[in-house]
Amino acid sequence: MDNQATYNYKVVRQFALMTVVWGIVGMLLGVLIASQLVWPDLNFGPYFHFGRLRALHTSGVIFAFGGCGLIATSYYVVQRTCNVRLISDKLAAFTFWGYQAVIVACVITYPLGITFNKEYAEMEWPIKILLAIVWVAYAIVFFGTIAKRKVKHIYVANWFYGAFILAVTLLHVVNSAFIPVTMWKSYSAYAGAVDAMVQWWYGHNAVGFFLTAGFLGMMYYFVPKQAGRPIYSYRLSVVHFWALSFTYMWAGPHHLHYTALPDWTQSLGMVFSVILLAPSWGGMINGIMTLSGAWHKLRTDPILKFLITALSFYGMSTFEGPMMAIKTVNALSHYTDWTVGHVHSGALGWVAMITIGSMYYLIPRLFNRDQMHSVKLIEVHFWMATLGTVLYISSMWIAGVTQGLMWRAVNPDGTLTYAFIDAVKATHPYYFVRALGGLCFLGGMVLMLYNVLRTVTEGKAVDARIPAVAAHA
Amino acid sequence: MTDFYSGFWGVYIAVIVIASLIWLAYLLKSQTVLKLKKGETAEVLHHKWDEDLQEFNNPLPAWWVGLFILTIVFAVGYLIFYPGLVVFGNVWNWTSTGQYQKEVAKADDKYGPLYNKFINLPIPEVAKSAEARDMGKRLFGTYCIQCHGVDARGAKGFPNLTDADWLYGGEPAKIEKTIAAGRHGAMPAFGAAFGEEKIKDVANFVIKLSGRPHNELRAARGEATFKQVCAACHTPAGTGNQDVGAPNLTDKIWLYGGSEATIIETVTNGRNNVMPAWKEFLGDGKVHVLAGYVYSLSHSETK
Ligand code: HEC
Ligand code: HEC
Ligand code: HEM
Ligand code: HEM
Repeated sequence: MDNQATYNYKVVRQFALMTVVWGIVGMLLGVLIASQLVWPDLNFGPYFHFGRLRALHTSGVIFAFGGCGLIATSYYVVQRTCNVRLISDKLAAFTFWGYQAVIVACVITYPLGITFNKEYAEMEWPIKILLAIVWVAYAIVFFGTIAKRKVKHIYVANWFYGAFILAVTLLHVVNSAFIPVTMWKSYSAYAGAVDAMVQWWYGHNAVGFFLTAGFLGMMYYFVPKQAGRPIYSYRLSVVHFWALSFTYMWAGPHHLHYTALPDWTQSLGMVFSVILLAPSWGGMINGIMTLSGAWHKLRTDPILKFLITALSFYGMSTFEGPMMAIKTVNALSHYTDWTVGHVHSGALGWVAMITIGSMYYLIPRLFNRDQMHSVKLIEVHFWMATLGTVLYISSMWIAGVTQGLMWRAVNPDGTLTYAFIDAVKATHPYYFVRALGGLCFLGGMVLMLYNVLRTVTEGKAVDARIPAVAAHA
Repeated sequence: MTDFYSGFWGVYIAVIVIASLIWLAYLLKSQTVLKLKKGETAEVLHHKWDEDLQEFNNPLPAWWVGLFILTIVFAVGYLIFYPGLVVFGNVWNWTSTGQYQKEVAKADDKYGPLYNKFINLPIPEVAKSAEARDMGKRLFGTYCIQCHGVDARGAKGFPNLTDADWLYGGEPAKIEKTIAAGRHGAMPAFGAAFGEEKIKDVANFVIKLSGRPHNELRAARGEATFKQVCAACHTPAGTGNQDVGAPNLTDKIWLYGGSEATIIETVTNGRNNVMPAWKEFLGDGKVHVLAGYVYSLSHSETK
C-alpha cells in the first residue's frame, strides 16, 4: 500500500496496547503497596519492599501507563488533525522501542535499589540519558508532523500536546542534572534548598504538563469526537491554554511550605497556585460544556461517561489543589494522606479515566471496528472505576484530616495528646478501604484487557486512508 | 538567601512578579471583548479538522472571568501583606521565623508556669506529686518514647529507665544532668588493634564476669587484656564507671546484648551512642518535671 496515503497506525496500536498492559502492571503495584500498608508482612525481602515498589508504582502509572496513553493519542490526533502521516515511521518506531526500554530498565533497577532519589525521577543516569534521547525523537516526530500539516490552523489538542512535549523536555533535562560516581550511582548537581526547589519545580510541572496539559490534549480531541459536538469556546481555550502554561511554572513551592525555602518563594508559589484555579477550570468548563445539547448521550454512552466523569474529577482536584496550597491549609494537610487522596483524585479520577475513555474510542478504530467487543463491559468498567476512585479518595481524606488533627492536638499542659503510633492505628481501617478501592479499580482494568483482546482478535489492523482535505479547512 | 531581599535580585524578582500579574490580567481582558446578546447563540468557527471537529466561539463565562479576577486580586493583596515582592518588603513585616518565635513565646507564657512551679521542689518530691508525674509522663510520651519506648523499658542501644541499673547514675542530680545536658557514650573500637583471636578471648572473659558458661582457656587469656586495657573505663572488677558511662559488665543487664557474637561486635567496632540534650529546647521547668518522672519509674515508693 502506498505509505503516504495512509496514517501510521502501527505505532499508535503499539502504544495503545502497552497503555493497557502498563496500566495493569502499575495499578497492580498500587494495590500491592496499598496492601503492604495494611498488612506489613507483605513486604518481602529488600527487593519487594514498600520503599522500592512505591517508586515503581508511581513511575509505572505516570510514565508507563500515562506516557504510553499520551504518546499513542498524540500520534493519532496529530496525524488526523493535520491530515498527514507521521514524518518518519522509523523514528516513530524508535520512540516506541526506546520508551519501552526505558520502562523495562526502571522495572529492573528500582527493585534493586538503584535510584537517583528524586521523586518521579528515580531513574539513574544511564536511563535518564536514554529517556532524553527518546523524548527528543518524539518531539521531532510530533513537531515535524505539525510542520508538514495540510490544514492551516493547528487544532487546540495539538497546542496542549505540544506544550506537554516541550515542557517535559525542559523539566527532565534541568532536574536530571547529575554528577555520576559509578555506572549506577550519581548525585544531583544541586544542593540543599536549591535542590529541593528544582525538584519541586520539576515535580509540580510534571503534574502540570504531564498529568494535566497532555491529558487536556487528549480531552480536546476525544470529548468532541465522542459527543459529536463542537468545542464549547475557542476563546476559552486560548485563555486557559496560555494562563495554564504560564502559571504552572510558578507553583512548585507549594510542595515546600514551611521549609528552608525563603519566605518570598513560598508566598509566590502560594498565590500563583490560587490563580491556577481559574485556568484549570477553564479546561473543565470547555470540556463539559461541549456536551451541551447532547446531555442525553451520557445516559447510554459509557465512553462519554468516562470522559465527563474524568473532567469532573479534574475540576475537583484542581479546586482542592489551590486550597491545599494556602499555607494555613497546608499546615494541616502536608505530610498526611490528604495529599495522597488529592493525588489520586487527579490520578485515578482524571488521568486514568480520561485515558481509559479515550482508549475505548481509539482501539476499535485502530483495528477497523466501529466499537469495542462489548459496550456492556465498558459500562461495568465505568462503575468499577468510579466506585474504586470514590473509595480511594474518601478514605484518604478522612485518614488525612484525622492524622493532621491528631498530630496537632495538645493537652492542657501543652504536651501532645497522641503519640505518632496512635495516628497510625487510627489510619489503619482507612488503609484497608483504600486497598479495596484500588482492587476495584484494578478489576475494571482487567475487564478492559479482556475487552481489548477480544476486540483486537475480532478486528484487523488496518491503517486508515488519509482523506482529501476539506475545502474550508 | 537573604541576598535576594535587596539589590539586583530583589528588584528583578519583584518586577517579574508584577509584570506577570499584569500580563495575566491583560490576557484575560484581551479575550473578553466578545459578548452575546440575550437569546443569541454563538457562531461555529469556520475551521474544521478531521472531518467533523469544530469550535463554537462562545464568550468566556462571566462567572469564570469573575473568579479569575478574584484570584488575581487575592494575589496582589497577599503580596502586599506578606513577603513576595522581595525588595518592596511587606506591610506586616511577616517572616516565618518571626511567626515561629511568636508562637513559641505564647506557648511558653501559657504553659511555662505549669512546669516552673515545681522547679524548687526536690526531685524525689516531684516524683511523689501525682500531677507532676502525669505531666512528666505526657512529656515523655511526646519527646522520649521514640527511643526509650512507651513503657520506658528501652530497646537495643537505648537504656531501660525503669530498673536500678544506670549508665550514668540514678541519683536525682545525675538523672537531671543526663536529661538537661545529654550524654555521649563512646566505647573505642579494638578490631584493628587486637585481631579476632584476642577479641574472642576478652569476650569470653566478659562472659565470665557475668557468671555465665564460657571457654575457660580463652577467658584466662582475655583477663590479662581486660585488666590492661578495658579496666581503665570498666574498672578492674568490670563493674563499670558512671562518670564515662561505661556499663557494668558483671550483671545480666545489657545495653547491646551479652551473647558472644554481640560482645565481639561491640569490642571490634566500638559503640557510639547519643542521648540528646534537652535543656535548651524544653527549658529547666520541663526538664525538672521529666527528671521527677524518670526517677519515679524506678522508685515504686514514690507512687
Ligand atoms: C534519640 C534517642 C533518644 C531520645 C529522644 C531520648 N533519649 Fe535518653 N538516652 C538515649 C540513649 C542512646 C541513651 C544512652 C546513652 C549512652 O549509651 O551513653 C540515653 C540515656 C538516657 C538516660 C540515662 C540512663 C542511664 O542508664 O543512665 C536517661 C535518664 C534518659 N536517657 C532519659 C531520657 C528522657 C527523659 C528523654 C526525653 C526527654 C530521652 N531520654 C530522650 C537516647 C535517647
Ligand atoms: C574509653 C573507655 C572504654 C574502654 C577503654 C573500654 N570500654 Fe567498653 N564501653 C565503654 C562505654 C562508654 C560503653 C557504653 C557505650 C554506649 O553507651 O553505647 C562501653 C560498652 C561496652 C560493652 C557493651 C555492654 C552492653 O551492655 O551491651 C562491652 C561488652 C564492653 N564495653 C566491653 C569492653 C571491653 C572488652 C573493653 C576492652 C577491650 C572495653 N569495653 C574497653 C567504654 C570503654
Ligand atoms: C489501582 C489503583 C491505585 C492504587 C491502589 C494506588 C495506591 C497507591 C499507594 C498505596 C501509594 C503510596 C501512598 C503512600 O506513600 O502512603 C500511591 C502513591 C502514588 N500513586 Fe497510586 N495507586 C493507584 C493508581 C494510581 C494511578 C493511576 C496514578 C497516576 C496516574 C497514581 C499515582 C500515584 C502517585 C503520583 C503517588 C505518589 C503520591 C505522593 O507522593 O504523595 N496511582 N498509590
Ligand atoms: C490547580 C491545580 C493544582 C494545585 C494548585 C495543586 C496543589 C497541590 C498541593 C498544594 C499539593 C500538596 C503539596 C504538599 O503539601 O506536599 C499537591 C500535591 C500533589 N498534587 Fe496537586 N494540585 C493541583 C492539581 C493536581 C492534579 C490535576 C494532579 C494530578 C493529576 C495533581 C497531582 C499531585 C501530586 C502527584 C501531588 C503529590 C506530590 C508529592 O508529594 O509527591 N495535582 N498538589
